[in-house]
Amino acid sequence: MSRPKLPRKSTSIDMTAMCDVAFLLLSFFILTTKFKPSEAITVNSPSSVASKVAPDKDIVLITIDKNGKVFLSLDDQEKLKFIATTLNTTKNLNLDVNKFAKSKFFGTSFSQLSSFLEIPEESRKGNLLPGIPCKDSATNELIDWMKIVNDSYQGQRVNLLLKGDNLSKYPSFKNVIYAFKKNDFLKFQMVTNPESVPLGSDLWKLNQSKSGIKED
Amino acid sequence: MAEMDTSGGGHKKGPGVKKGKKLSTRIDLTPMVDLGFLLITFFIFTTTMSQPTAFKLNLPKEADKPENDTKIKNSGALTILLGSENHVFYYEGILDPAGKNFKSSTFRDIRDIIINKKHSTNDNDFFVVIKPNEESTYKNVIDALDEMAINVVKRYALVDISDGENQLIKATEKFSKTN
Repeated sequence: MSRPKLPRKSTSIDMTAMCDVAFLLLSFFILTTKFKPSEAITVNSPSSVASKVAPDKDIVLITIDKNGKVFLSLDDQEKLKFIATTLNTTKNLNLDVNKFAKSKFFGTSFSQLSSFLEIPEESRKGNLLPGIPCKDSATNELIDWMKIVNDSYQGQRVNLLLKGDNLSKYPSFKNVIYAFKKNDFLKFQMVTNPESVPLGSDLWKLNQSKSGIKED
Repeated sequence: MAEMDTSGGGHKKGPGVKKGKKLSTRIDLTPMVDLGFLLITFFIFTTTMSQPTAFKLNLPKEADKPENDTKIKNSGALTILLGSENHVFYYEGILDPAGKNFKSSTFRDIRDIIINKKHSTNDNDFFVVIKPNEESTYKNVIDALDEMAINVVKRYALVDISDGENQLIKATEKFSKTN
């Protein structure tokens, strides 16, 4: 009896299909990636267990840098134009409305705002600017800023975001909150980096029980 | 299959053989797949990294009248004080005039203290007061608020520090530095 001869199979596989899949996925990820825009103000935000993704529309963002300087930015051009005209009429600042609307952030006192707008966009860097003065309650210009922002939104939904640097001291944070409170902005969100919930903590248990209910 | 012929043309086939050797059109795609997956991993990591989250905080409306203030039971109150260089201090109930119940802690240990207090007091009485002093950083405050979220503390407040407490923090920090 002789054994039937098995044909020897090649060990190399056709990689074409795998290559196709790999590049399909690659193109998907390339297209979906949003790179961080180069920021004029460098901020290292702290991490928290909050799982809600920060909104990116209709935002009013207050940034506190590591020296405690405060900056304000808005994404809505129409609102910015409104703010510029309001500032021109109430404070006689003679601002260029279009330039104001194009500016990505504001970081000076009202009196220096027009000269701030003269600085070309590329050289407006957070570390060179004084920031919005809000050291104490008497000279807190952020209160005025928030009041005008409040007027421009007129009851519309606004996502108030606060982005602070790890190293900024508490008083600057307190002064910003004070400005919020003065204008009845009582709900705001703080931008943080995501962090995993510690195992065994109460929040972890809560999340576990929640996901258990969903599965059932 | 999936291999490129690199053996080179054999010319010593004899006279009259002029046909060049047929080269295989198949290429080894393994390195290409490797490269593809490498790039995929790179893009996967960069996408998840640049997704900031938002931590919600609701401020209380500033009460004009002191009788509108939230009342806290002393037995259920836990006050966490934040000092410079990530120092954490705490006391339960009312601060003893001599500072006997004023204790030092760290961000690592404060969780156990919160949990212990939470389990030992009535749920409705439990209240955490966070008092950062002017030396504490934004990160400290967020960490403390985060601790509230982690331990599901429903009632907590961010309150300004009093002079007495601040002096106690500074004295303790000075004391620990000299030792």
